[in-house]
Amino acid sequence: MMQNLSFLPILLPMLAGVILLMPPFCNNKTSRRITSVVLSTVTFLVSLALLLKVQADGTQVYAIGDWSAPFGIVLVADPLSTLLVCLTTLLGLVCALYASAGDDEKGSFFHPLIHFLILGVNGAFLTGDAFNLFVFFEVLLIASYSLLMHGGDKRNTRAALQYVIMNLVGSAIFLIGLGVLYGVLGTLNMADMAQKVALLQGDDVYLAKIGGLLLLVVFALKGALLPLHLWLPNTYATAMPVVAALFAIMTKVGVYSMMRVYTLIFGDEAGELTHMAQSWLWWLALATIAMGAVGVLASKDLRKLVANLVIVSVGTLVTLVAVQTIEASAAAIYYLVHSTLVTAALFLLADLIGRQRGEVADHISAGPPVAQPKLLGFLFLVAAIAVIGMPPLSGFIGKVWLLKATLNAEYTFVFWPLYLLASLAILLAVSKAGSTVFWHHHDTHTQSAEQARVHPAQLMALLILICGAPLMSIFAGPLSEYAIGAASQLHDFDNNIKIILAGGQ
Amino acid sequence: MELLYASCVGILVSCGVFLILRSRTFPVVLGLTMFSYAVNLFLFSSGRLSLNQAAVLGYSSEYADPLPQALVLTAIVIGFAMTAFVVILAIRGRVDLGSDHVDGQLPNKGSNKNKDKNKKVKI
Repeated sequence: MMQNLSFLPILLPMLAGVILLMPPFCNNKTSRRITSVVLSTVTFLVSLALLLKVQADGTQVYAIGDWSAPFGIVLVADPLSTLLVCLTTLLGLVCALYASAGDDEKGSFFHPLIHFLILGVNGAFLTGDAFNLFVFFEVLLIASYSLLMHGGDKRNTRAALQYVIMNLVGSAIFLIGLGVLYGVLGTLNMADMAQKVALLQGDDVYLAKIGGLLLLVVFALKGALLPLHLWLPNTYATAMPVVAALFAIMTKVGVYSMMRVYTLIFGDEAGELTHMAQSWLWWLALATIAMGAVGVLASKDLRKLVANLVIVSVGTLVTLVAVQTIEASAAAIYYLVHSTLVTAALFLLADLIGRQRGEVADHISAGPPVAQPKLLGFLFLVAAIAVIGMPPLSGFIGKVWLLKATLNAEYTFVFWPLYLLASLAILLAVSKAGSTVFWHHHDTHTQSAEQARVHPAQLMALLILICGAPLMSIFAGPLSEYAIGAASQLHDFDNNIKIILAGGQ
Repeated sequence: MELLYASCVGILVSCGVFLILRSRTFPVVLGLTMFSYAVNLFLFSSGRLSLNQAAVLGYSSEYADPLPQALVLTAIVIGFAMTAFVVILAIRGRVDLGSDHVDGQLPNKGSNKNKDKNKKVKI
């Protein structure tokens, strides 16, 4: 049991999804909801157990079917991937809980799809094989296509169509990139690829570079980096908010893949291709931050505002990935957890606020007052402070840390002013949105607004996410130690190769 | 053989990209299909092209790389499922939006004549 622990975060969501499609659960909504939440909790607890095991015993390498490393597929549970698996399963639990208040009735198969999405995301985080990464990308994408359409209207169909076409082209490019890399390197195991890249000579170097940069296109598409970010605001703003909250982790899959590929394979030890994507990543990330900040200022409703905040956070993370030092990666890991939790919380909050304001919904304009101004207002205040990055919540720590980590980077004099201006833009936009929504209202109580009080399940789900901000700031010491540990392991080239290639034997 | 193979892949990719850039969903779906055919052929060739070589050890003096063949199988299955999904989605888009344009509605053409026509139709 214990030796198979690293496979369980992939296996359990799959079983959960299948179980929820079977008879007693497929026609009884109460039992389906309870089972879904219970199974998500189990998955989360198993991921936590894996986290503890990785912390105690070091990186776990699991050879699927007992085929040893360069030939078979391995799962690598190192501190970074395990942390992200925990984050994903927590988010899945929160979304299953939140949707149990009624959102899951707007279409069919909501709960199974959530579990399949978690299966794909966990797989993408854990796998140590490049082609397997593609397969798990497809698993999470097909689940996300269906979730995006869940309970949707016409606007939603259009956004979904564009999202699906973009991602199909992305998948094709991913395969071409993998084909080029396999043709040159003769292996798909990431650790083995990293070893072979350094030995390339002659024209093969350029082929490998083409393959690597094609992968960059794909990861930029998934992560919504500048020229390829256009799908994100529409998609996230038209999806159901609980789905959008779950999608908060999906851009991070792209960022995580960049971390892996451009730190391990094309990192410090890649011969002629050392840090080949760094300059691309750095400038694109800066442009992404700028575009995201403009988008935040221009947003007319809360959900679009949050979608643009996601873009800013992606830009920030990719900047840190481009710096390629241990400290920057550690800051990226801390910021990644913080930004996922807080943007997911903001999506859910936008939904709750929208429901209580009748026809105005989540538009940032004067309208009927929300039914529970104290509760929602307080939660919005906490989330806003966290996302802006003001003390004392986690956003502030993340921001200071990432500014410190980029201090010695080559073009810091561009990044610092840009990032601080973007923060100012976020501060302005979020505080304007909050004050308009909560304070500027006509005194007409509508009937529908009275009915839509916050359901206990929704409140609990939201509280779990919002509590993340103060908790991450109270336990910042152990968390940052963990992040530094994970980052130094990510950058420890020789050790990684040794562990992965020797693993599972 | 290499030249023929490479030009096949190249032509398929260029046709696919051309069709993907069209504005109606049907050509786009066709383009995606062609693109994925090209990708499958390309993946297959990443194990080098060779004649009369078995992928199993012991059946011929030289053996072909079996891994790209496995990769192509996976890619075909996934590509097939995704194409099926996008076809259904395109049909639903046609029904929901009343148009098979990828943006859900026909953009107004630049000239004034067309704008007037559109207005008249709307009235």
